[in-house]
Amino acid sequence: MSEIYEIAIVGSGPAGASAAARAAQLGVSHILLERTDHLSDTIFKYQRGKYVMATPDNLPLQSDLRFEADTRENILGWWDDGMEQFGVNVKFNAEVTSIEGEKGDFTISTAAGDSFKARHVILGIGLQGNLRQLDASSIPGADNGLTEYQLDDPADYWDKDIVVIGAGDAAIENAVALAQNDNRVTIVNRKREFARAKAGNISLILTAIKDELLECAYNASPVKVNDNSMVLKTPEGERVVPADRVIARLGAIAPRGFVEAAGGVFEDGADYPRVNEIYESDRPGVFIIGALAGYPLIKHCMNQGYEVVHTIIGDPVESIVRQELAKKFTVIPGYDDVQSMLERIKAAVPLFQGLTLLQLGEFMLDADIHFRKPGETFMEKDEAGDSLFVIHEGSVEIPVTPEKVFHLDQGAFFGEMGLIMGRRRTATVMADRSGQGAVCIEIPRTAALKLIASSPQAKKVMDDTAILRQLQTFLSPELTADDLREVIDAATPKSYSRGEALIEEGDEGDSLYVIRSGSCTVSRKVGNSDVVLAYVPAGQFVGEMALLYHQTRSATVRANVPSEAVELDGALFRSLLDANPKLRAIVDAKARERAEENQKQGDDDISRKIEFLTSVGLGEATNAIVIDEDLCVRCDYCEKACADTHDGVSRLDRASGPTYANLHVPISCRHCEQPHCMADCPPNALQRDPDGAVYVNETCIGCGNCARNCPYDAISMSALPAPKGGLFSWLLFGGGFGPGEAAKPKKSKENKEMSRKCDLCRDIDGGPNCVKACPTGAVIRMGPEDLFKRIREGA
Amino acid sequence: MSAHVSFLAHERFKWFKLSGWLCLIAIVVYSWYAPIGGRNGGTWVGYGLGTIGLLLILWLAWLGVKKRGFSSGSHSIKGWTSAHVYLGLSLIIIATLHTGFEFGWNVHTLAYALMMTVIASGAYGVFAYLRYPRLMSENMSGASAAGLKKEMTDLDARIARLTQRLPDSFAEAARSSLDNTRIGGGFFALLGGSSAGCGSARGRDAARAQAAQLTDPGQMTVATEFVSSLSRKAEIASRLRKDLSYKALMDVWLWLHVPLTLGLIASLAAHVLIVFFYW
Repeated sequence: MSEIYEIAIVGSGPAGASAAARAAQLGVSHILLERTDHLSDTIFKYQRGKYVMATPDNLPLQSDLRFEADTRENILGWWDDGMEQFGVNVKFNAEVTSIEGEKGDFTISTAAGDSFKARHVILGIGLQGNLRQLDASSIPGADNGLTEYQLDDPADYWDKDIVVIGAGDAAIENAVALAQNDNRVTIVNRKREFARAKAGNISLILTAIKDELLECAYNASPVKVNDNSMVLKTPEGERVVPADRVIARLGAIAPRGFVEAAGGVFEDGADYPRVNEIYESDRPGVFIIGALAGYPLIKHCMNQGYEVVHTIIGDPVESIVRQELAKKFTVIPGYDDVQSMLERIKAAVPLFQGLTLLQLGEFMLDADIHFRKPGETFMEKDEAGDSLFVIHEGSVEIPVTPEKVFHLDQGAFFGEMGLIMGRRRTATVMADRSGQGAVCIEIPRTAALKLIASSPQAKKVMDDTAILRQLQTFLSPELTADDLREVIDAATPKSYSRGEALIEEGDEGDSLYVIRSGSCTVSRKVGNSDVVLAYVPAGQFVGEMALLYHQTRSATVRANVPSEAVELDGALFRSLLDANPKLRAIVDAKARERAEENQKQGDDDISRKIEFLTSVGLGEATNAIVIDEDLCVRCDYCEKACADTHDGVSRLDRASGPTYANLHVPISCRHCEQPHCMADCPPNALQRDPDGAVYVNETCIGCGNCARNCPYDAISMSALPAPKGGLFSWLLFGGGFGPGEAAKPKKSKENKEMSRKCDLCRDIDGGPNCVKACPTGAVIRMGPEDLFKRIREGA
Repeated sequence: MSAHVSFLAHERFKWFKLSGWLCLIAIVVYSWYAPIGGRNGGTWVGYGLGTIGLLLILWLAWLGVKKRGFSSGSHSIKGWTSAHVYLGLSLIIIATLHTGFEFGWNVHTLAYALMMTVIASGAYGVFAYLRYPRLMSENMSGASAAGLKKEMTDLDARIARLTQRLPDSFAEAARSSLDNTRIGGGFFALLGGSSAGCGSARGRDAARAQAAQLTDPGQMTVATEFVSSLSRKAEIASRLRKDLSYKALMDVWLWLHVPLTLGLIASLAAHVLIVFFYW
């Protein structure tokens, strides 16, 4: 033990291995100590074949080892190869028991009795070495051998009774994989819902429970483990569940005793030891990185391993996040360095007040920064778009009418209506024509939603501004923030589930509702049935009749998809109208128009058709197929055209789907205002293009979340059939496959089951081929507003 | 304007109007031009009409390729169908005028006869496209064929289960339904769509007669369920048969229309060759 290593690395997980690889590459003397006989025990213990995600997506990797989303086996393979290639000095079966000495002269002892000397120590032991277990003293039998705390391969079990305890990602993944392998699985959840897990896993488990693939015991806790069963305490009393195996996935905790002995200090209530900005613990020379420092994501771990080695040898590198940001920031006039730029952004934009600089940095990775010269546009009216823009420097103008132009200054944001309502841009925004140009930060939808969800302050600012803009857009651009202050302060945003009423016919009440997202139908009772009078999309207001004419509600307004509306106080709004005759005239005109419309009393047939279409969810569509069955000759050329246009896989199922009278809504994507499929796509592969098409890009990993999240079954997961010959070889010689036909797709490593959905034929000219291929005019594709208008006019 | 516009009314009957004008012009020219030796295909008006007719026929036949092409571009097959129908009908006038009403037992008149048969089958096609889609929807009243077939499978299982709880005299009715409920079949069975020999309908009638003789109240309840299952199955089977029959009636003309078109093109080739080389 004469040699003194520059760096001793404890733990060979993503953080430790990455640090060791860097040290080896730099020729720094080092030793990597691993407790087990293989690298990265945590990932080694993942379920066999598990697909490991490389989140966060936008975070670049800075490590000598390779890592990207792939299977557990491949990733471990890359790391093993890397260790060999770089000549990393690794010592297996070396469980560290103590770290003595001080910076420059540490002595590290292992359970096997070896000891090593090093000048610096990197602790990257993660948490998984310390799995939380069932306590045998309070749960008798927990130590009888039936219970395990991990699952290597779900295929090890078949036709068995298995109890899985836990409600996190690991428990869910294990339970579903076991159930899919024909085991009878009960998952035990202490709470009444699954909230801790990733959204994708939540939808996975909920679908499995609904489909009775497995059973879930909610509000249940283990009481006792028997030889081949388990006793649970449930709200209905004690319950015995048969069990050939119990798998408890209860998470992991930091091995506190060891970490404290090594020099880590846990602040009161903290789960992780304290480290400074260079990951050094309270004991100089001891660095703590990775999951143990509170960074559970593999990429974070690997980047930290790389950085910390550079820090130790006195050649610090700028973190990769900052390097990336530096590239983005160069478009900003007057940019000097990342740190001061981040500070400037934070100071300039109220929306970012709640974020730390570190969070802001990672957040900015998602964002795009645009500089526009005076008069150049940031967004165009009627373009589809759902990102949010924040003005970082300069000002922008929004020509609402030729006479009326709005100005927005530094710190303000725009585009929130596209984000919240999921509708096309309501105005064009350009850099101020009289200014020096403007710099805007464009935040993509998912990041913006995350910001709103995580910062109550941001949400409040956004909500208030959105109401103001909506009133300005749909009532009168003349309105100013001052006019509306009182009304907005008293406004309450409300959410409605499908079918819930905002307003009931005959009720008292005079508040006005502005629909923020979703859409509603207006109906009135005639005899015993409800007659639908109108469809009201987001952006419009309802309830003006009672407000203006002091009468009871004249009709019922119901959300036909989950919707949000802002309730404005009637009395306050009336006084606003009294003070503003122009506004009063606008609201009056709208009310008269509606009253007249309602007096027409609606054709029963039309009313029922619209009711049917909204009841099958067309209210949240922006572009849906509706087939006229009186014209449809069932030739399926729509499907064939779809398949031939899209690699042989049709994204349309003509025969399925609901029908009423002559209207048939086949199964195909409706390009929803707020696409359910986009809600939880790990690689963000679902995108919306400026024409409004929601499509899947090439980054799809085939996880199936979108297909599960789509309430209309419009997304299928499938591999691609082999390419086929030309039309004439089939037409003339009967060879190969005809239009819309193809060989059965063969799933393989290269040809994975990926998300397949309608993309409105965005890559070809002339619009969707399903519509163009229909020989009789039975197929149309349009949004609900156009459709309902045509149905009303066409009877 | 209704939400959907039929191929017949495409772009405000644009092709109907165009074809009408084409016919009108042909008639006027034909009447105005009175050559020595009488009107026939050999005059310059005759050649003119013949060329238009030939080009029209080739273009009309091209629809079969076009509609399977699914290429990009702003055309719609609906427009093509609309033009196909009206221009196809205009051939009745154009080709007849081209003949100058000279007919005989030769390849020229064969071509004419084939063309008229193709047009007649096409006219039936238009009629079928107007009539059967609605009948099909009414027949299925919102259900899908796949859904009904699934329901039938479920009913089969239920009928088999109920048979276990009934006297042996019901077995025949169940067997009749399970073994002899045929849907589809040969050409005429498909077109006819008759449910006269339906095993489920017969089984239902037989079961009804057997049920009337039961005395045990428990068995009577089971028998009622049994009969209603058979009756539902017979109804579904009848609807599925009708569905197939309508679809067959809607498509059957294509079996005439397409092969005859190929024959027509062949005989036209002969007609043109003979006219130019041997006349």
